[in-house]
Amino acid sequence: MAMILTRRAEFSASHVCASPSLSDAQNRAIYGAAANPHGHGHNYVVEVSIEGEPDRVTGMVFDLRELKEILTREVIEPMDHRFLNREVPPFDRVVPTTENLALEVWNRLAPAIDRENVRLKNVRLYETADLYVDYGGED
Amino acid sequence: MKLTRRYRFCASHRLDTPALSAEENQRLYGKCNNPYGHGHDYVLDVTVEGAVDGNGQVMDRRALDALVEERVLRQMDHKDLGKDVARLAGVVATTENLARAIRDALVLDWPAGDWPLAARLARVRISETDRNIFELDV
Repeated sequence: MAMILTRRAEFSASHVCASPSLSDAQNRAIYGAAANPHGHGHNYVVEVSIEGEPDRVTGMVFDLRELKEILTREVIEPMDHRFLNREVPPFDRVVPTTENLALEVWNRLAPAIDRENVRLKNVRLYETADLYVDYGGED
Repeated sequence: MKLTRRYRFCASHRLDTPALSAEENQRLYGKCNNPYGHGHDYVLDVTVEGAVDGNGQVMDRRALDALVEERVLRQMDHKDLGKDVARLAGVVATTENLARAIRDALVLDWPAGDWPLAARLARVRISETDRNIFELDV
């Protein structure tokens, strides 16, 4: 009887969506206002879902305290109040779209969370209340 | 990867089916059957699914916005769903039927292979209030 547990966290960061291999005009055409060179910011919300069996002894899918520590260490500390393009690799070379940011959050969390009978199920990343992406490791 | 975009529109409706008597409609739909109708601030979440492209995107948000604006919001915002929206003609304007009508408005008119977006439509989720939410996987 697998169960899914979800924990939410927030971080605020700035970014520029522009590829160094494209011209300013091309970046503007693809990313619109998000390509503004000095950047802009969001209050990102990340929802991390973990799937597993509740432990027979503890009754928990995952220790929430440990999950909070992992989230803080891997995502919140490195990204909160940072300029993603300049301060958070790989976004010095990867465009920090919501999609790529969700992928990076997944790549940072999965190795720390996955263990016997427990796995990272989904990362939902809200850029704003009106836009989010879901990534489940499938692509 | 899935990308979800949220839209809002305001519309009125009345739940009433000609298949039932006035009394039966009243009993079935309660206040939603009140004769002059009532309205909601609908919240629509449209989810598309696809691979991340070379620009780091599942798809261009503006293309999705334009499609939803043209096919859904322009047809339904500040309208009466039962009287003004052709796709709901002949069916009760429940939010279940509204979810189907929105799915159809987004996908039906495109012949196979002619879908204009870079990602496929995966889900329509619509709430009529914070307490009533309907999801339709496509």
